[in-house]
Amino acid sequence: MSVAVVTPYTVPVGLMDTLQVTLLVLVAAGATAVVLIRRRVRQVLVLSVYGIMLAVLFLAFQAPDVTLSELTVGAVALPIVLLLAISKTRKKEE
Amino acid sequence: MKPAHRRWLFLAGAAGLAAFYLWGLSGLPGFGNYPGPYGPAILRIAVAQTHATGVVSAVNFEYRGFDTVGEEFILFTAAVGMAIVLRTLRRERERSPVDEAKDRDAPPTSEAVRTVALLFTGPVVVVGWWLASHAQTNPSGGFQGGVVLATAFILIYLAGEFLTFRGFSPAHITDAVEAIGAGGFAAIGLAAVCLGLPYLYNFLPLGETPGAVSSSGTIALISFFVGLEVAAAFILIISEMLEQTLLIRSGGD
Repeated sequence: MSVAVVTPYTVPVGLMDTLQVTLLVLVAAGATAVVLIRRRVRQVLVLSVYGIMLAVLFLAFQAPDVTLSELTVGAVALPIVLLLAISKTRKKEE
Repeated sequence: MKPAHRRWLFLAGAAGLAAFYLWGLSGLPGFGNYPGPYGPAILRIAVAQTHATGVVSAVNFEYRGFDTVGEEFILFTAAVGMAIVLRTLRRERERSPVDEAKDRDAPPTSEAVRTVALLFTGPVVVVGWWLASHAQTNPSGGFQGGVVLATAFILIYLAGEFLTFRGFSPAHITDAVEAIGAGGFAAIGLAAVCLGLPYLYNFLPLGETPGAVSSSGTIALISFFVGLEVAAAFILIISEMLEQTLLIRSGGD
């Protein structure tokens, strides 16, 4: 960062670094959780939460456009498609 | 191949991957350092040149608008492909959308889900419409807006039945909206060509104030068409999937 633009909304650098590192760790943990969970419906719900975390991560890295895309696709559209597929294909076995 | 050999093969492969990966990582620019010339150049000229304060949209729908046309048609092709693959085959007959497998593990829609879904439908439409029509002023755009608009229809499905969903989004209208969205984008580009300008040239008046909703010429218009296309494509994909469960193969399972 060569040019530092300070606005009334500027977050102190140390705080921003902490936030970014925290979010990176959370996203790594969330991704691992999605892979490790075996129950399908639960997995989809965790995937949705993971999508939200990823969206917040993008926001903290100054990419609000990508945040919106991730929120709509990762946290809403993909889980809905998966849930529909699961609910329509599963039999009474569970 | 013996398990021991397989393990050695894996370890050799993994070591190679790790070595190349680390080599690649060591060549990356430092965190937050962008060495390319385009970012700073765009930031300097974009607002003055396009009158769009949503610079990401200016890049998407103007500077690299041609790539975005391609992306637009990826989704279009995906939806069309889905409609073709999941079409009603000759050996299939359509079952009435009434649940025939009463014994399947499908709990009835709870009042809570119904209320929340209905409560959110209106606001979601407003947010989606706002996102699709404000790409030029703030971080948003046709893609995000379109997906949010499609979500409103999914909420209607959640609150009611498939029949209500299909009533709100008849297939022929959804198909038409998708075609209009995809075709509109391409047509804006061709309109520029008809005026003797390069394809997708921003030929509309840019407006007086950068950041006003009416500013930025074709950027706002393209974003709107993308919104239509994306919303229709998502609705089409979801309803194709839902419709698929209403089909039974005669003679099959």
